[in-house]
Amino acid sequence: MAELTLVEAVNRALAHELEHDSAVLLLGEDIGVNGGVFRATLGLQQRFGCERVIDTPLAEAAIAGAAIGMAAMGLKPVVEIQFSGFLYPAMDQLINHASRLRHRTRGRLTCPMVLRAPNGGGIHAPEHHSESPEAMLAHVPGLRVVIPSSPSRAYGLLLAAIRDPDPVVFLEPTRLYRLFKQEVADDGEALPLDACFISREGRDATLVAWGGMLHEALAAADRLAEDGIDCEVIDVATLKPLDGETILRSVEKTGRCVIVQEAARTSGFGAEIAALLAERALYFLLAPVKRVTGYDVVIPLARLEHQYLPSVDRIAAAVRETMEASA
Amino acid sequence: MVADVSIPIDPLRFLAPDGALCGAPPAEAIAPELALRLYHAMARTRAYDSKAVALQRTGKLGTFASALGQEAIGVGVGAAMREEDVLAPSYRDHGAQLLRGMSMTENLVYWGGDERGSDYAVPRRDFPICVPVGTQIAHAVGAAYAFKLRGEASVAVAIIGDGGTSTGDFYSALNMAGVFDVPLVVVVNNNQWAISTPCSLETAAPTIAHKAIAAGVAGLRVDGNDALAMHHVANRAIETARSGGGATLIEALSYRLGDHTTADDATRYRDPDVVRRAATQEPIARLRNYLTKRGLWNEEDEARLGRENAEEVERAVEAYLATPPQSFAAMFDHLFAQLPPSMRDQYEEARRFASDGARHG
Ligand SMILES: Cc1ncc(C[n+]2csc(CCOP(=O)(O)OP(=O)(O)O)c2C)c(N)n1
Repeated sequence: MAELTLVEAVNRALAHELEHDSAVLLLGEDIGVNGGVFRATLGLQQRFGCERVIDTPLAEAAIAGAAIGMAAMGLKPVVEIQFSGFLYPAMDQLINHASRLRHRTRGRLTCPMVLRAPNGGGIHAPEHHSESPEAMLAHVPGLRVVIPSSPSRAYGLLLAAIRDPDPVVFLEPTRLYRLFKQEVADDGEALPLDACFISREGRDATLVAWGGMLHEALAAADRLAEDGIDCEVIDVATLKPLDGETILRSVEKTGRCVIVQEAARTSGFGAEIAALLAERALYFLLAPVKRVTGYDVVIPLARLEHQYLPSVDRIAAAVRETMEASA
Repeated sequence: MVADVSIPIDPLRFLAPDGALCGAPPAEAIAPELALRLYHAMARTRAYDSKAVALQRTGKLGTFASALGQEAIGVGVGAAMREEDVLAPSYRDHGAQLLRGMSMTENLVYWGGDERGSDYAVPRRDFPICVPVGTQIAHAVGAAYAFKLRGEASVAVAIIGDGGTSTGDFYSALNMAGVFDVPLVVVVNNNQWAISTPCSLETAAPTIAHKAIAAGVAGLRVDGNDALAMHHVANRAIETARSGGGATLIEALSYRLGDHTTADDATRYRDPDVVRRAATQEPIARLRNYLTKRGLWNEEDEARLGRENAEEVERAVEAYLATPPQSFAAMFDHLFAQLPPSMRDQYEEARRFASDGARHG
């Protein structure tokens, strides 16, 4: 098995599907000769040709819209948007068309496309390169939103996304692209969509996170373990449709929940999980549910970014407060 | 009325690469004072630009977008604008911005990852650098509409790359400029590349200037490495707009001699021989050759200007490096005119966990 970074795992998954399914093709800005700005598509144009790995003009709306047309005609386009901060022009196409084509035509036309984009902050990128728009996308009926948190999950979930018969937005945490390596078997085995993963088992409190924040949550769990606080950590992985059962089962066991998200707080995806717990786990709760999130501000440029992003300190403090509230 | 829709493919040019005069330049377009002003401004831009790249390489600045080889575009446009005009720049337009009064320190502060770098002391009305490609063209249309409505003799100028002209925002904004008949100039910096994508993969139109035809505005091409022609064309378009003659799209032909940004490696997708050939066309040596031929410039002048620019850049870098970090509160300070009371909790949480360590880059 090869030790891969997350971005290499994405590359392997794309190569695997291009190799095994002639309907799959890739399109996006600079994905050909350059292999994409993060090199996720490195070498793929050389291997599969310009007709299946397409460098497009700089036009996100047209890229997404053309992918819809391709998908409706039996292809399986995988779009790369350079950063999630630049997918806003594609939102019109995603919301008004990709998400609804099956519904509007009563299943006559469908939209098996994947839209990939690097997501989130923490890499000292320039303005508009650190956005986390996952809640906006998860709000759209008919879209799947998937965010991997490790190389092996990126590989397995991307395969599943490409094979899925409906549109999937696949957000890759930029911070994790090269943060660590992991053994990934390039065996074409997909992971399930629409399922949360339990990344660490624990008794005292449930930490729920996704993407880059999963690692802050795991680090906080390590730190809390030194004080005898035993956290369960859940990787949401598919935000929409949400696997509420796995989260509920965990919170029924621990009685406490802290949700971690790097996007701004208001109307973020953490609020959805908190509402789920309020509706279905209230009587199991030993303490109020807490959220650790970005603030409701524009994501700061590099110098202040660390003041914005949820830190291990903030997460650990929130868990301690939850423990104290129920002591 | 049927508009004249012919756009010459040959760009307007006054200076050959060796600095010899060509075409038929009007006397005011090649006046010594103007040529010297443009030369100074280009040399100043390059001195700043190369220092910014060096700062990034040593970890003292974030990602930076160099304008190496494209100085004539920003400088030609900037010099043609009046103070009361408004610029909507992209991330590569410090040539125009420095001429308009933005300080080098401000630009460094911005690329160093600090929002205060967009709070220009001068010019107060210019838009901040626009990173989402293409979007600022519409802002310039709106600004120009405001000028027209108020009877203000100002012009809005937007600069965009060749790749940016593929965006829907570019087409729709240009179209609206035609319909509203506003005082606008859109300059396309055609440096032949949008990151790794060559202009030939951006458009199948014969030229980018032809995109003006569908919008019903004037369009033309100019040698963007010829500062005198560039300034002349920009000046004419701006004065046409100012006098109620409507919008112009200028395609300025140049070549990006550097990487797309400091985060890019152009050797992955570009033939070094082509880049070397393009470098022989670059704008600063071209104008220097012209000035030297006319006896307006010599080695001593060059050495003195080099020293002056180096000193100015050094002072700007010192001021940048000495800029104290913003406190955590800066995230909240300018979000709304007044922080909504419901955000107090978040403010207090940020205060509780505030740490220092706001480093450069
Ligand atoms: C809407 C949008 N999509 C993608 C990007 C990422 N990106 C930044 S610059 C660039 C290429 C722009 O090329 P061009 O417009 O020719 O201008 P140049 O950088 O060459 O001056 C791309 C794709 C972006 N900033 N905005």
